[in-house]
Amino acid sequence: METIIKKTQRTGPVIFSEYTRGKAVRKAIEIGRNDILFELKDSGLKGRGGAGFPTATKWMLSAAANGEKKYIVCNADEGEPGTFKDRVLLLEYPELIFDGMVIAGFTIGAKEGIVYLRGEYEYMLKSLEDYLEEMRKDNLLGKNILGKDGFDFDITIRLGSGAYVCGEETALIESLEGNRGEPRNRPPYPVNTGFMGYPTVVNNVETLAVVPHIVLKGGGWFKQHGTDKSTGSKLFSVSGDCARPGVYELPWGIKISELLFIVRAENTKAVQIGGASGVCIPKSQFDRAFAYEDIATGGSIMIFNESRNMLKVLKNFMEFFVEESCGQCTPCRIGNLKLLEGVNKIESGDFTFGYINTLKELGKTMQVASKCGLGQSSPNPFISILENFKEEIFNSKNRNGGSNGKAR
Amino acid sequence: MAKRDSRTPVSQQPHTVEIPDDITTIGGTVTVEINEKKVSVPFGTTILEACKTNQIHIPTLCHHPDLCIAGTCRVCLVDVEGMRTLQTSCSFPITSPIKIKTTTPMVRKARRHIIDLLLSEHYGECYTCVRNNNCELQALAKEYGVDNFTFGHVDKPRFEIDRSSPSVIRDMNKCVLCKRCVRTCIDLQEVGVLEAINRGDKTHIGTFYDKALADVVCINCGQCINRCPTGALHANDPSDDIWAAIDDPTKHVVIQTAPSPRAAIGEEFGQPAGTSYTGELNTALRRIGFDKVFDTNFSADLTIMEEGTELLNRLKAVLVDKDESVKLPQFTSCSPGWIKYIEHFYPEYLDHLSTAKSPQQMFGAVIKTFYAKEADVKPEDIVTVALMPCSAKKFECNRPEMADSGFKDVDYGLTTREMAKMIKEAGIHLPEMPSTNFDDPFGDASGAGLIFGATGGVMEAALRTAYELVTGREVPFKNLKIEPCRGFQGVKQASVKLENCVEDYKFLEGADLKFIVAHGTANAKIVMEMLKRGELNDVHFIEIMACPGGCIGGGGQPIPTSEAIRTARAKAIYEEEESLPIRKSHENTHVKYLYEKFLTDGPCGHLSHKLLHTHYTKRGKFIS
Repeated sequence: METIIKKTQRTGPVIFSEYTRGKAVRKAIEIGRNDILFELKDSGLKGRGGAGFPTATKWMLSAAANGEKKYIVCNADEGEPGTFKDRVLLLEYPELIFDGMVIAGFTIGAKEGIVYLRGEYEYMLKSLEDYLEEMRKDNLLGKNILGKDGFDFDITIRLGSGAYVCGEETALIESLEGNRGEPRNRPPYPVNTGFMGYPTVVNNVETLAVVPHIVLKGGGWFKQHGTDKSTGSKLFSVSGDCARPGVYELPWGIKISELLFIVRAENTKAVQIGGASGVCIPKSQFDRAFAYEDIATGGSIMIFNESRNMLKVLKNFMEFFVEESCGQCTPCRIGNLKLLEGVNKIESGDFTFGYINTLKELGKTMQVASKCGLGQSSPNPFISILENFKEEIFNSKNRNGGSNGKAR
Repeated sequence: MAKRDSRTPVSQQPHTVEIPDDITTIGGTVTVEINEKKVSVPFGTTILEACKTNQIHIPTLCHHPDLCIAGTCRVCLVDVEGMRTLQTSCSFPITSPIKIKTTTPMVRKARRHIIDLLLSEHYGECYTCVRNNNCELQALAKEYGVDNFTFGHVDKPRFEIDRSSPSVIRDMNKCVLCKRCVRTCIDLQEVGVLEAINRGDKTHIGTFYDKALADVVCINCGQCINRCPTGALHANDPSDDIWAAIDDPTKHVVIQTAPSPRAAIGEEFGQPAGTSYTGELNTALRRIGFDKVFDTNFSADLTIMEEGTELLNRLKAVLVDKDESVKLPQFTSCSPGWIKYIEHFYPEYLDHLSTAKSPQQMFGAVIKTFYAKEADVKPEDIVTVALMPCSAKKFECNRPEMADSGFKDVDYGLTTREMAKMIKEAGIHLPEMPSTNFDDPFGDASGAGLIFGATGGVMEAALRTAYELVTGREVPFKNLKIEPCRGFQGVKQASVKLENCVEDYKFLEGADLKFIVAHGTANAKIVMEMLKRGELNDVHFIEIMACPGGCIGGGGQPIPTSEAIRTARAKAIYEEEESLPIRKSHENTHVKYLYEKFLTDGPCGHLSHKLLHTHYTKRGKFIS
């Protein structure tokens, strides 16, 4: 089975459209930062990491913030289970990411960019470094970039050490500073108080990769694709029970059923959207769409067919969160543990529906009380899988213990 | 914008909210709505502070007034209109006219869930806990009417209790991961022994490589104990052994009481901070069964004689004899936390430390020699107990070199909290006790000894004596109050001009005696770094206390602690001091008697060097 579609098969309206290194940087210098921000705002681009914060707003806030220095950080800590789109971009389209960072630096007035590269991606470090070296030779990095006086910018690459939480932007910054990777309190936000206390823009790899296209072709062109509130296209990392897993660029607004058809998925029972921290959608809702208006996502699509045990799927996710919580705040550290214990209780049949409902309530508390996105989203699979697959899970014949499993 | 100037992560530093140029609010205040009531607060105030000043109680756990903000326990959550999630009031700075609700159903449910979660992981029974009735987790459970363990309850311990340290015991089964100890150790004290280790459900507070506390660079200051909300950290309690000694008719049990416990112990009996119970404590101790009750202030006076003489000797050696082996500035050596700090972090500067023992250890040595003879008791039958505001004193009395009397000079260091426990156990309510004096032959001490309890006190006491020795006149401060030594500023620096010196000290004529007072090892670090950079070459004498506020804020003092509480305790000490007839160490008649009868070759003489002085250990930061 192909794991990643060959490059020639990658077609898409935005990211996978034609681009040559440096082209957008040249244009950016021509039009100036106000026009860049205008186009970006006009495009309606939202952060592609999953949270969907408007990119233009983030850039404007940090451009307006006071600071002797400013930083652009590329979040390449692609750690959400089931997502691998950034890996493809880093390996095959570094020009888009790095040009995006240069443009971001130019726009907000940062002189330094840092790529926080997932520890497991160490194997691509050398090729990326080599690429940066080429850019320096072409004066796309360094002093007075492309002859623009005073436009200095350079990029360094730093490796993560394997903690999932370091994909959270403030934990990532802590980690960059050499501290334990734990999310910070917000406010203040990184756009004001980021890396080493300086204004910092943290953008996902894909977000930065989109920027050169918008600068070149304009916000109006970009928003022709997608829907009203979800402009442009999105990269989807498709894995699981389908014939053609891989990375796809598809316009926002596409329906789940349409995506399943494209990737040749059959007998699909459930789709986990947004990775472990996402939601699990049952067959009955396959006509729902990928869009900020409906199901927002960072692009991780896991497909489960009829042969899969959804309780085991859930258990797998919860084990992941119990281990990957940074351990800092109470709801996430202990809450996830309690949710996992609840799954184990269901598995063994030793549970009450009253307690499971209490755990669902706890999950809702975690969504509003946790310090960062990890704990706020980790109850999602618990709540959605138990809700959407209650027939399967609570029907004792389907449980692990077979008919011996006893629900009280 | 928060600027990084320490190793504290930005997230843990207090918020410094930048006031925008185009501030639309008038006079730097913001009007917010709390529970539908409009209130005006200064720009940047946290929601928690704003609620507090408006009589709205918000529960907290990881928050502590002495420490930077953590925002980890999440108990203080409130609802801010327009925000998707609940916000921690301790960390949220008010910068716009927001609407806050503190008791919505969602807020109440979230708080209750969080308390339930904490309880589910908290191992231990309240009855058997040292913090029973003084535990913030217990109080939260009560406040939120917890009547069952919603999410279960651990029934067996997960961690072995670390009893390796003679001072601080760590029982991580009771830890709620509020990280107050971590912030205390890193921020307040800049020692950095404790940090969170591992992640997820494996997260726990640990030391370097999870070593035993005795095997890392812990200075035993016990500040972490004072700020722990639960019983996860407590001092090593020797009271059972002390009871056994009291109950043993062959033992002669004497106790010395330091100046700070008497100014704080009332808090353990429900009294407000800042009331002294000196005479009442003496009576209580006798009723418990101590054979003699002595005042550590006596040996504080003795310390001044020894340390002051040492300073004058050093000045002479440096200024007159040009002896380069003698080091200035001289550092005080009363605080065992500070001693261990310098031994670990600045071992190359140990020559600057006064060789004089701390008052506790001087007293121990004198009791088992001079007193044993005077009272006709065999020193091996004497048990010396030291009532101290301090957990590091427990380590100090167990130092192998502290046996110059031929016996262990001080057998037990007892904290204020442990003493209160013993008094209660004896059925005594301290505030009701009649007042009695200290026992002879050491009697009542001078006020100079008493003020050792507050930061700057040792310096003030030393100046009163040294100035008078050198010039023949009292220090030129009204009512002997040397104001530059007082107050809680982290590092205080001042000088006194020495004029018209007596014959022996003519070499100091016209000199400015420069001194520095610092408290808390974070401030000690500032001073040591100044010394390292060569900025203190003209300074003569430096007082350092390991604990914030000095001994009154010691790691053995009643819990809770805050700057307001420490201020009240210091005030009590200074007030009591002013009422005393003798306020200069060298005028203490009992000290004079000791030098006449026993230490006949005077301060820093041969015998006092044997009994009252010590040496230090180069420990360094790396312990194998």
